[in-house]
Amino acid sequence: MSDTRTPSSCRLAFTVNGRAVTLEVAAHALLLDVLRERLGLKGAKRSCDMQVCGACTVLIDGAPVSSCTYLAAEADGARVLTVEGLGDGVALDPLQEAFIEHGAVQCGFCTSGMLMSAHALLAEDPAPTRERVARYLRGNLCRCTGYGKVIDAIVACGRRQGAQA
Amino acid sequence: MLRPFALYRPTTLPELGDLLAEHGSDAALYAGGTELLLLLKEGLLHVRCLIDVKRVQGLGEIASDDGAITIGATVRHRAVERSPLLSERCPLLAGAAAHVANVRVRHVGTVGGNLAFADPHSDLATICLDFDGAVSLWSPGGERQVALADFVVGPYETARRDDEILTSVRLRPWPPGTVGAYLKFGVYERPTLGVALAVTMSPAGQVSEARLAIGCVGPRPRRFHDVEQRMIGGTAGDLADAARSLADEVAESVDTVADLHGSADYKREMTRVFVRRAVATVAARAAGRDLHERYAHTVVV
Repeated sequence: MSDTRTPSSCRLAFTVNGRAVTLEVAAHALLLDVLRERLGLKGAKRSCDMQVCGACTVLIDGAPVSSCTYLAAEADGARVLTVEGLGDGVALDPLQEAFIEHGAVQCGFCTSGMLMSAHALLAEDPAPTRERVARYLRGNLCRCTGYGKVIDAIVACGRRQGAQA
Repeated sequence: MLRPFALYRPTTLPELGDLLAEHGSDAALYAGGTELLLLLKEGLLHVRCLIDVKRVQGLGEIASDDGAITIGATVRHRAVERSPLLSERCPLLAGAAAHVANVRVRHVGTVGGNLAFADPHSDLATICLDFDGAVSLWSPGGERQVALADFVVGPYETARRDDEILTSVRLRPWPPGTVGAYLKFGVYERPTLGVALAVTMSPAGQVSEARLAIGCVGPRPRRFHDVEQRMIGGTAGDLADAARSLADEVAESVDTVADLHGSADYKREMTRVFVRRAVATVAARAAGRDLHERYAHTVVV
């Protein structure tokens, strides 16, 4: 069935960080705005607004996307993961621990996007090399850390999880 | 901010055809949106509705038949990158797909959207030219095939009519004994220059067929058939020796245009440099070696 009756708005039924959400959104609503303004999830940031910087990265069914240039309507039926869903509210995710341990955070603006991209990478390749991490994060810009410590953190997290597996 | 629009999501081509007929120039075909949504956000394009093509059946396959490969319009760059079929039959395309923009764009952006948008600063069309690419265009009146060389007319301009949708691109994989390389250069998100070169070596070790396409520097990507002809008959060593003169010949005839990536003269000189490098790379590969030279701001596939 094609949904052509009320094309200027869409009914979304999806999960956000494991929680089922049903929402009526405008057809032209961007996922980033729905997450930030309707659901109060401010982790994903609007920065370049053109899919270059990665600050708005969230995962759709495990795949990283730029939520700034992604229609909310596309998320219907999907599993959306934002940085708020990484930890459980008390304990941090191992990636977040690794970022802290390695000093991979300075101003923090890019961090949620970095974490989400890294999360997707580790799901694909649990113990990536430095080269693989650097290439995967090519689309996540940081203007403070110089990337070295971010890469250190992700490589170390992968190695640690690999050792536990 | 996006201005309001309606979003239609047909599931069949006839349904899509009806929507195109009804809305005409008020509508834009929408797949990944990685280019379209940017235009809408910037206010460079105004439409009343988007027609999402992703739910239309039959547009999402990568298939092999009759020795050719067909890639459906809604196949994502990431699927091209990870397709075992393409890695085996069109390895240059699969390899280059891994370097399109960034991983987020590759998860969302589609092959059909990329070709139909015809941004001159793109890799896909240039590489597909080396596979003698042809697109299928469907309209309620019927389907037609158009060679990619004729499909891309100019910057953001194609031979697609308003009532048509690009449904797939068909590629002719290279014969056995073919080696190729794609070199792209740029400091921005989109490439400044792309050179795709492939040569087929005969059992006697001579070039029997050559394919050279260059993109990004001019209004549209194109093949250089005269220069390809000059490569035929030579050995890998001859090819390596001719790198400089072949590059000069391309630089003479390439049609460059000035834009934010550089002046027309700059692009002509960069074309000279990168054709020389591409020829050297392919000549080495044809001789069973690999060049491990690293060039600044350059991806070598």
